[in-house]
Amino acid sequence: MKILSIDTSNAPLAIALVEDDQLVAETTLNVTKNHSVFLMPVIEQLMKMASWTPAELNRIVVAKGPGSYTGVRIAVTTAKTLASTLKIELVGVSSLAVMAKDPAELTNLPVIAIFNARRNTVFTGGYQMEQGKLVSFIEDAHMELSELIEKINEKQQPVLIVGDILPEFKNQFETNSKFITLGNEQSSFPSAFQLGLMGAKINPVSDIDSFVPDYLRITEAEMNWQKSHPGELKKSYVREV
Amino acid sequence: MENRKLILSFETSCDETSIAVIENGDTILSNIVATQIDSHQRFGGVVPEVASRHHIEQITHCLNEALETAKVDYNDLSAVAVTYGPGLVGSLLIGVTAAKAVAFAHDLPLVPINHMAGHIYAARFVDQFKYPQMALLVSGGHTEIVYIESEYDFKVLGETRDDAAGEAYDKIGRVLGVNYPAGKTIDEWAHEGHDTFNFPRAMEKDDNYDFSFSGLKSSFINTVHNAEQREEKLDTKDLAASFQQSVIDVLASKTERALADYPVKQLVLAGGVAANQGLRDRIEKDLNQKFSNVQLLMAPLKLCGDNAAMIGAAGQVAFDHKKRTDMSLNAVPGLSF
Repeated sequence: MKILSIDTSNAPLAIALVEDDQLVAETTLNVTKNHSVFLMPVIEQLMKMASWTPAELNRIVVAKGPGSYTGVRIAVTTAKTLASTLKIELVGVSSLAVMAKDPAELTNLPVIAIFNARRNTVFTGGYQMEQGKLVSFIEDAHMELSELIEKINEKQQPVLIVGDILPEFKNQFETNSKFITLGNEQSSFPSAFQLGLMGAKINPVSDIDSFVPDYLRITEAEMNWQKSHPGELKKSYVREV
Repeated sequence: MENRKLILSFETSCDETSIAVIENGDTILSNIVATQIDSHQRFGGVVPEVASRHHIEQITHCLNEALETAKVDYNDLSAVAVTYGPGLVGSLLIGVTAAKAVAFAHDLPLVPINHMAGHIYAARFVDQFKYPQMALLVSGGHTEIVYIESEYDFKVLGETRDDAAGEAYDKIGRVLGVNYPAGKTIDEWAHEGHDTFNFPRAMEKDDNYDFSFSGLKSSFINTVHNAEQREEKLDTKDLAASFQQSVIDVLASKTERALADYPVKQLVLAGGVAANQGLRDRIEKDLNQKFSNVQLLMAPLKLCGDNAAMIGAAGQVAFDHKKRTDMSLNAVPGLSF
């Protein structure tokens, strides 16, 4: 099975070609957040070097969020359009799980991945290896950093934290919990190869058209609107004319 | 079948997800338009992040429907055309990203289209273009007079220095309790009222082709607020008529000035506000009286708003002019001609 895997959820851009659980080609860029400019040229180049044609692809695996809204949308739009237009399979994987996979395998510790979501909040999820499989023990969510620290302290187990470990986060982790080990810089990059491997084992989505990112946070405009219009929810706000 | 010229076009610059298939640059095989108006009406205007989220929900569904409706397959296509600006960056990116994926997947040429050129080509479905040509483009985001000396050679003669005409309609609509987009309702009210307030006609006599609508908007809002303070009720229909008359007078006089200075064979009227009946009537009358040798091409009502059909029509011409882009195409929110 020929898989193209894509992650542009945050600053790094990670792309891999994976065939039958073997890495064929992989690129990680950490030069810019301009994923719109680099994503397709890198895919084009990797495919050319691997002598793969688009028609030969069997499956697209995409990191579906959370992360930067625009970044996630570029990967998901590319993935769902490629899958739809080539009539091939599409798999979405949590961007937090992608980040957690390598460190969880290497250390055998429960791993918590965090992405900065501003105002001292994070997108976060907890993952650990169980019988060779990555399983979730804290469901992906958007929360205050203090809430995450509480959850960790409740578990009373050592955990490894990877991802956006900002200086102010580091300080709060170190002051408020004795269960936390902070990951190093190397553990803060997504691996598109890992994403491809994970995506190979997950059932493809049944409806590509309705596949959207996992933002884990509604927009501010909608949040305010819901507050002033309780109970007023429509099924669809978009119609064809 | 070998010689069919078919363009698959994408338009997502604001709050409509639209994908079309156009044959020979002048025939619409399909034109799918998914509008988000119901969503943004909650907020009184387009919220960019909400718009981007809706676009990604719609994009592949619209793509498949456009091809199915047109009864064509990817093998039949000559090229993919896409709006890459101007517009909202997050919205533009969905169309640009999807168009690149399709072009890559099927090894098709990718043609980048300026959204404003697209608006002009909405009139291509009315008649063939002749040059030199003038275009008055009026929408929620833009107010421009464009001179087209020869095919696909655009030169902006004048533009708004502040609000676009459609934006002014939405802002005064809010004051009158009309939800976005307010143009249609204000236009209807205007036809039932009279120009009694005599609002300013900004820059009407200035020796250029530029516009300004923020002074008119402020004058309108002040008039309404002052009346409210005096607890006086103003006639809503006269307010609408007076506002619309000021907008139309300025648009028409600047267009006349351009037509007098640059003799052309055709005048194109396009953009969302080109659906305004008062504006259509006035431009038609002016042309008949003063420039009877200039052919008026008004974009069809259903193609005045944003749609991919117009992008496909422009796309065919751009394709013939060998306009191409590679996979590094990015959205350019502030794109100008």
